[in-house]
Amino acid sequence: MELDARGVLQAVSSRNDHDEAWARLEALGLAEYFVLPHINWGPKSTSVKAIADRLNFSLKTIAFIDDLPTERAEVQFHHPDVRCYPAEQVTSLLDLPEFSPPVVTVDARRRRQMYQAGFERDREREQFQGADETFLRSLDLEMRIGKARDEEITRVEELTLRTSQMNATGVHYSDSALRALLTDEDHEVLVVSMSDRFGPHGAVGVMLIEKFPAAWRIKLLATSCRVVSFGAGAVLLRWLTDVAARAGVHLVADFKRTERNRMMEVAYRFAGFAAAECDCLAAITPPEGTESLHLEPVRQDPPTTVRVLAPEPNADGLGGPEVLWR
Amino acid sequence: MTDSTAELTATDIEQRIGEFLEARTKKSWEPEVDLFASGAVSSLFAMELVVFVESTFDVAVEGSDLALDNFRTLRRMSALVTRLRGSGGEGA
Repeated sequence: MELDARGVLQAVSSRNDHDEAWARLEALGLAEYFVLPHINWGPKSTSVKAIADRLNFSLKTIAFIDDLPTERAEVQFHHPDVRCYPAEQVTSLLDLPEFSPPVVTVDARRRRQMYQAGFERDREREQFQGADETFLRSLDLEMRIGKARDEEITRVEELTLRTSQMNATGVHYSDSALRALLTDEDHEVLVVSMSDRFGPHGAVGVMLIEKFPAAWRIKLLATSCRVVSFGAGAVLLRWLTDVAARAGVHLVADFKRTERNRMMEVAYRFAGFAAAECDCLAAITPPEGTESLHLEPVRQDPPTTVRVLAPEPNADGLGGPEVLWR
Repeated sequence: MTDSTAELTATDIEQRIGEFLEARTKKSWEPEVDLFASGAVSSLFAMELVVFVESTFDVAVEGSDLALDNFRTLRRMSALVTRLRGSGGEGA
């Protein structure tokens, strides 16, 4: 329960009869603390891999706890990146640095509930007979975009660390680097959060913008893989395109291809960003190996699937009050 | 890829992509209908579409080819695939 409160997700990989074992956990009042129970007679390494895949986590982030040395060896053999601990050690795990995040964010404390709501949502989606858009509309999605506040920075930093698939540059901005930019008048640090009728998704995206007279440069755009299927990245880019069109500036996005961020490239390119020659690029020097993708924005209609609440653009950039984009 | 994809006509390509679209969106698409106009296509789906096209027809869609306009309709996608398959292999 303490691990749960620290934001460590706990799953079950057990070689047992599913119904019997799960009934036991329920009787003990522990079932609700676990996600993705894999209780079957197959090898535990297979279950561990299935759990990691379903969560979209790298195996490096997984710890495996078992009372039998042979089971630990089996998992270790197939997945050397997984950290294995004997069950006797379970009470002392809380003291280990790898189980002790320096800061426990609001989102971390409710991480399990957010994942459980996510699985519930996925189940409904699988059973839904109809076009994707109709399903998305039925979710009652809301996206809030706002200037990052000091206390949100830790969560945002966490996002840039974790979202390798959805990070446009692969660059990780540290907590202190982001904090320093909060008060910089040439930069906007925007945090994106989402919710739907199943509950909050928490902070799901971050965008770092540097403002030049002729262009806004997107230095960082990262979204959580949990909201990819809602088209969150595309909605965000569409909103920014509309805002930039109203502000009369071009958009320039830093993009650096990594092994895992192809989705981000598709999102940018499909939003109309492309390599180009434009006077606005003269002021912008991207880091070595990073491309500048350029867009001359035009006004956009809000998406039909998500309500977007965001600050109204004003003379300083995005300093206006929060309004519904319509 | 195997020989079975070696001589694909535009109609074959449109049909294959059409089947994929129909399975995913639960409706059928005429060759010239704009997939993105309806908003039925999310960015994840756009990604899946790109991956589907690349893996099914053994092409790599990169740089300026990776544009919404090339994926807007079944016809545009088949034109893109035909062009990429034509230039592929000879290091063009």
